[in-house]
Amino acid sequence: MPSEPAPPRGPFDVAIVGGGVVGCALARRFALAGAAVVLMEKAPDILDGASKGNSAILHTGFDAPPGSLEAACIAEGYREYEEIHARLGLPLIRSGALVVAWSDEQEAALPSLMEQARANGVSDVAPLTRDETLALEPNLAPSLRASFRVPREGLIDPWSAPLAYLTQAMAHGAEVLRGCAVQGGTREGDLWRLDTTRGDVSARLVINAAGLYGDLLDEALIGRRDFTIRPRRGQFVVYDKPAAALAGHILLPVPTALTKGIVVCRTAWGNLLVGPTAEEQEDRATAPLDHATLDALRAKGEEILPALAGHDVTAVYAGLRPATEEKDYRIKVHEGGSYVTVGGIRSTGLSAALGIAAHVLRLAEEAGHGWQAPNEVAWPRMRNISVAAPRDHESAGNGGIVCHCEQVTRREIEAALSGPLPARSLAGLKRRTRVTMGRCQGFHCSGPLARMTAGAFDTPMAGNG
Amino acid sequence: MADLPSKVDVAIVGGGPAGLAAATELRRLRAGRVLVIEREAEAGGVPRHCGHSPYGLREFGRPMLGPGYARALVARAEAAGAQLATGVSVTALSDGPRLTVTSEAGTGEIAARLVLLTTGIRETTRAGRMIGGTKPGGVLTTGGLQGLVYGAGLRPFRRPVILGTELVAFSAILTCRHAGIRPVAMVEPGARITARHPAGLLPRLLGIPLHLGTELAAIEGRERVEAVVLRSGGAERRLAADGVIVTGRFRPEATLSREGGLTYDPATGGPEVDEFGRTSDPAIFAAGNLLRPVETAGWCWAEGRAVARAMARALAGELPPPAARRVARAGALAWVVPQRIAGGGSPALGTLQVRAARAASGRLSLSVDGHETAARALRALPERRMLLPLPAGTGLPEVRLVAAP
Repeated sequence: MPSEPAPPRGPFDVAIVGGGVVGCALARRFALAGAAVVLMEKAPDILDGASKGNSAILHTGFDAPPGSLEAACIAEGYREYEEIHARLGLPLIRSGALVVAWSDEQEAALPSLMEQARANGVSDVAPLTRDETLALEPNLAPSLRASFRVPREGLIDPWSAPLAYLTQAMAHGAEVLRGCAVQGGTREGDLWRLDTTRGDVSARLVINAAGLYGDLLDEALIGRRDFTIRPRRGQFVVYDKPAAALAGHILLPVPTALTKGIVVCRTAWGNLLVGPTAEEQEDRATAPLDHATLDALRAKGEEILPALAGHDVTAVYAGLRPATEEKDYRIKVHEGGSYVTVGGIRSTGLSAALGIAAHVLRLAEEAGHGWQAPNEVAWPRMRNISVAAPRDHESAGNGGIVCHCEQVTRREIEAALSGPLPARSLAGLKRRTRVTMGRCQGFHCSGPLARMTAGAFDTPMAGNG
Repeated sequence: MADLPSKVDVAIVGGGPAGLAAATELRRLRAGRVLVIEREAEAGGVPRHCGHSPYGLREFGRPMLGPGYARALVARAEAAGAQLATGVSVTALSDGPRLTVTSEAGTGEIAARLVLLTTGIRETTRAGRMIGGTKPGGVLTTGGLQGLVYGAGLRPFRRPVILGTELVAFSAILTCRHAGIRPVAMVEPGARITARHPAGLLPRLLGIPLHLGTELAAIEGRERVEAVVLRSGGAERRLAADGVIVTGRFRPEATLSREGGLTYDPATGGPEVDEFGRTSDPAIFAAGNLLRPVETAGWCWAEGRAVARAMARALAGELPPPAARRVARAGALAWVVPQRIAGGGSPALGTLQVRAARAASGRLSLSVDGHETAARALRALPERRMLLPLPAGTGLPEVRLVAAP
């Protein structure tokens, strides 16, 4: 079993609990500000909770409640992603979105939604008639009434992005402890001493980015909670790559108070997805799939894009959003400025993460924390696994393709199993490379992959005993 | 891409039985430079991983095991002068025809006078079947299992459940036996075993409980499979297991042809062809299991060879022009191949191949312009081969399966 560095004792300037997209963005922001950062993730690898299953869209925040913290963080997060993505080797596919109305009632709601978009600073929304909509997206069901276009909504890689944030943080000295669950902690003077499964960790500032466990961590560390996490499950159906030709734009429904609704969109990897559902559940750890619900999603997808009927489903997945009693984010400073809760980051965390991180840094500075920012900023580049740029297999010396469906090379897999943050689980390797995530789901590559990953994972792909 | 030609007479995508047979035949017919492109490190296709079925009676006149059969097909194609490029993937098919290929050496392009697609088939996965529950490790198709057992010498689980009863499910049982794995149940949603007798005796002989009329409703477990939920007659029950083998429900590996813009038949899941194996692009042919789910290696071999003969005629400019005469399908039929008839004689696909959508006793008939030309009574089961003569003449053919009341 591979081992990470021995348990650090600290003291760190900042201890971030949770290695989801928000934790990774926080680690980056504070490391770039000059803080000595440690990020702790209880799972064997990062992105194992709410961040492992989402719709992979970079939202503009056009439909967020105007004036909300969420709206502000999405806007700021969008701007920063746009600014930094190329330097980190991250994709941004500027597909644009269409909010499509399918009934009189929905059509009547379009003007106020456009008004809301403008109030959120998304001023380039444009109304489209039925015919104009069909001219843009000829595969949409002709029963649609009207739509409006949100040009700046885009597609991104939801796993390479946080990995890039954390890798950049590590290039600036951040330490990452995986398999490290925080079990409790006390304040001694101006230091927190956290009791973790990998030993004591001390830090001046603790940031709770524990996602689905945010309320429980608050209780364990500050003895109270301001909110209760209500895990909201979202199931998705993913279609094989030929289906991606059916829709250029992200196809959004008219949202309701509760949910953004069922989206149909391409993915950065060239598939097409339909989802998510919004189902409240108690379990914070697992998001089970349900055949009847997946069937209904499939039917919904075919209602929106009738030509989907002839296409193969290649993957199904479910994610959990850390929703709370309230719609807005729950970001709050506690304990005299030594503790920040970043909770209730529901479905927009991927888009807002960089903005949330900037917001929390400002809160920390207001609370009196301050560091000397480095003179030079490192920009580690991610290996591109999206359709937005050439793939590794197109260049020489790639070691040959191991996963044919997703065209993942031996060199890509070897890189993901080494480097500063090597994959420690098959799930982690999938998120870094897409291996086994295609139409055959491991039919061809299970054997070679089991050999390549022998000894690399906490839970091996297959035993030989 | 130094060792790959930039221009060939025939490029064959996929080095399984159909592709290798076609390469051998094209060389025999002096079709010029023939290149077989195989993405795996070794050509031979699916039989490479089947250490237990009888192969090669028709092709080599003696019973062989899958791996030996695959090696013999490769040797024969090479002896005939075909070039085999392994570890090379075709990522795109464009007009010309041209192939975009990629390998350890990076990407490149190959132009061909004609292309033959023999990309074969895959099983429908757990995802494709949209099985509920969690997504732990230890859920594999038969192919995935065989890759781990025969390819990597691993034992991914000890007490799995097998889903499905097509012939390949019995291949999964034999693979389990080879690896010392003891399946705890065989689960079939249908009312009967899909595979032909006597394969169905195998579970009983090996003491594996067979659950007919039973759905696999959900899989449980976080890191590894811990149990499955079986649903039968409205009741659910939990069965402890440490793995799931999802077998069969084959689908043609048609992504390349589909993204290449060839007319696609949702019924077969493969490209549409005429009786010469010619797709909607007259310079691109298809053969083998890409045409339909699912036939034996021997069938694919014969089909590859026959389509190769049609391609040799095409190279000589002797093939009748493509025609849009479609074979209509009615009644309880899942699909028909070929989908179009050009006419003109000497077909590569010498019969109409059809398959029933469900178990039905009834009458299978072929008519041309409303006049019945062939018919027979039969008892049709899904996944069983049914053949009719190719329709002659220039009229519009229709094949129909009418279930007896």
